Amino acid sequence: MGTLKLLQGNEACAEGALYAGCTFFAGYPITPSTEVAEYLARRLPLIGGAFLQMEDEIAAMAAVIGGSLAGAKTLTATSGPGFSLKQENLGFGMLCEVPCVIVDVMRGGPSTGVPTGPSQSDIMQCKWGTHGDHPVICLTPAYVQEIFSETVRAFNLAEKYRTPVIIAFDEIVGHMREKIEIPDKGVIPIENRRRPTCPPSEYMPFDETKGDVPPVADFFSGYRQHITGLNHASDGFPVNASPRIHTDEQRLIRKVEGNRKDIIKYETVMLDDAEVAVFAYGVSGRSGKNAVELAREAGIKAGLFRPLTIWPFPEEEVAALASRVKAIIVPELSLGQIVYEVERCAKGRCPVEGIFRVDGDPITPEQILAKIKEVK
Amino acid sequence: MSFNYDQYIRGGKLPHIWCPGCTYGIVFKSLLRAVDTLKIPKDDIALVSGIGCASRLPGYIDWNTLHTTHGRALPFATGLKMARPDKKVMVVSGDGDATAIGGNHFIHACRRNIDITVIVLNNFIYGMTGGQHSPTTPIGHFATTMPYGNVDPNFNIPDLAKGAGASWVGRGTAYHVPALDKLIIEAMNHKGLSVLEIINACPTTHGRRNKFKSPTDMLLWMKDTALPITAFDKLPPEKTAGKFPTGVLFKKEAPEFCETYFALAERLKKQKEKGA
Repeated sequence: MGTLKLLQGNEACAEGALYAGCTFFAGYPITPSTEVAEYLARRLPLIGGAFLQMEDEIAAMAAVIGGSLAGAKTLTATSGPGFSLKQENLGFGMLCEVPCVIVDVMRGGPSTGVPTGPSQSDIMQCKWGTHGDHPVICLTPAYVQEIFSETVRAFNLAEKYRTPVIIAFDEIVGHMREKIEIPDKGVIPIENRRRPTCPPSEYMPFDETKGDVPPVADFFSGYRQHITGLNHASDGFPVNASPRIHTDEQRLIRKVEGNRKDIIKYETVMLDDAEVAVFAYGVSGRSGKNAVELAREAGIKAGLFRPLTIWPFPEEEVAALASRVKAIIVPELSLGQIVYEVERCAKGRCPVEGIFRVDGDPITPEQILAKIKEVK
Repeated sequence: MSFNYDQYIRGGKLPHIWCPGCTYGIVFKSLLRAVDTLKIPKDDIALVSGIGCASRLPGYIDWNTLHTTHGRALPFATGLKMARPDKKVMVVSGDGDATAIGGNHFIHACRRNIDITVIVLNNFIYGMTGGQHSPTTPIGHFATTMPYGNVDPNFNIPDLAKGAGASWVGRGTAYHVPALDKLIIEAMNHKGLSVLEIINACPTTHGRRNKFKSPTDMLLWMKDTALPITAFDKLPPEKTAGKFPTGVLFKKEAPEFCETYFALAERLKKQKEKGA
């Protein structure tokens, strides 16, 4: 038995980071994510870890990349406007394959929007926020316990695939308090990045012959290296010639897309015999679960597909689902973002109906139930 | 005996990208001589840069080197330093990179007084993008984005650094090379945030639009315009008009950020152990 705690989602995120071995946080105050920083400001010094409140969001993203290059497991937490500001350096982290974790506690937008209200309207920014083609791993927990375990998983995926990983949840789950169990050390396995075993003179930081995820050496470890945000050759130095850029960017995509089975995770509720499916994540997934239970009580065969990994998108799973249900309902706290991804994968095999809301309140189970009754 | 630069230069990475007449090569060599004097092992030092001509310098040096995004070298360097406070971290930047797009990071790194040496190569122009005016382009000078002469007021980089809280501030030039070697050594020896502005020349995008007939003219301008701070301070204002002071312009004792933070962490850890 681990330790039982009553924690807010944001606090559980900080606990998950510590469990995963995070020793470095850099951030900037922003509602509704600030509690992640506040919790780690108290805890990190006690274990000799580094806590930095930087001058802005851009600097915080830069600092976690710097910390990671020196070998630390690093975290930053932010929300909509701050997430927008981080995008350029997030792209640097992706191209330079720097393991780190970025938490985006989603609030209403665009602009300052509704700082204290929930939203799910950053989900396409998670995928396409930075310029250029790049891999994205993005996790979408819905419960406080799940924020803890998905934060651990985010660090593990970042280390395993040598890439920044985003955790996107909404203000409601971030601020909600629930009982959680923090497992004893060792119960959840912890991944550490693969480091080189070759002599330093032979080390190349982006050596594709070592696999899609080449080993990564820490700065100051004797493996002197050059890291640049320019497209680079295996040895890390700039290159702007064909075909290296194309093949290397394809490798970046492949290391994530090619490991979908390992990365994609979802929960289903009463989906096996369902005639109507609800596809929802985060707080909308919680309402979705309640809605399908209400539908079953009313004698309607409804089921829930709740992704915990939203990027890479569970394409095959949604395609298979679309082949066997009458309709898929997509409730989301935006004016329609992830619904188009569901439509893309459904390929017209069944109707896809969105329920959208951006007034600062969650979509209720009753709203979803009404839609289920409409399409059944 | 001539100095062996090859021991620090990465094999196969030269020639560099800098134009003929550019003075960055002079600074590059001065930096290598300084580090050789300080006997810092190559594995124990990192050089971080942002974007621009100056930011290409790390690629040529056989250390741990990091070429980041425009203006952001300092927060990347701050991350490296906080993760490994036992190691030496340096930043090389340009006037636009450090004081325009990176201005916020620059003043806050100074305020924080974290142990990083910042070298700002001021060539008064955005060189890599072809000659747009920067926060240090002199008033009246021509730039592609000031085609009628610059009307945008300037930053004085040492004043900015001092005002923001840097604990060591100096200025050298690419003309006064022996003095520059000494300044780099002193800046790197300083514990805390040190800022060394180095006056440089960009003949290609600045000089030839502004009546400098050759790169040599730009070096001679440095020779005629720089005054050691000791001489500068003794002269009345009418004699120093149009001149700039060089040397160690300011230094003070101030708590270094990593030391303060990790001392606190150590204290808390001991308290906790006692309590438990």
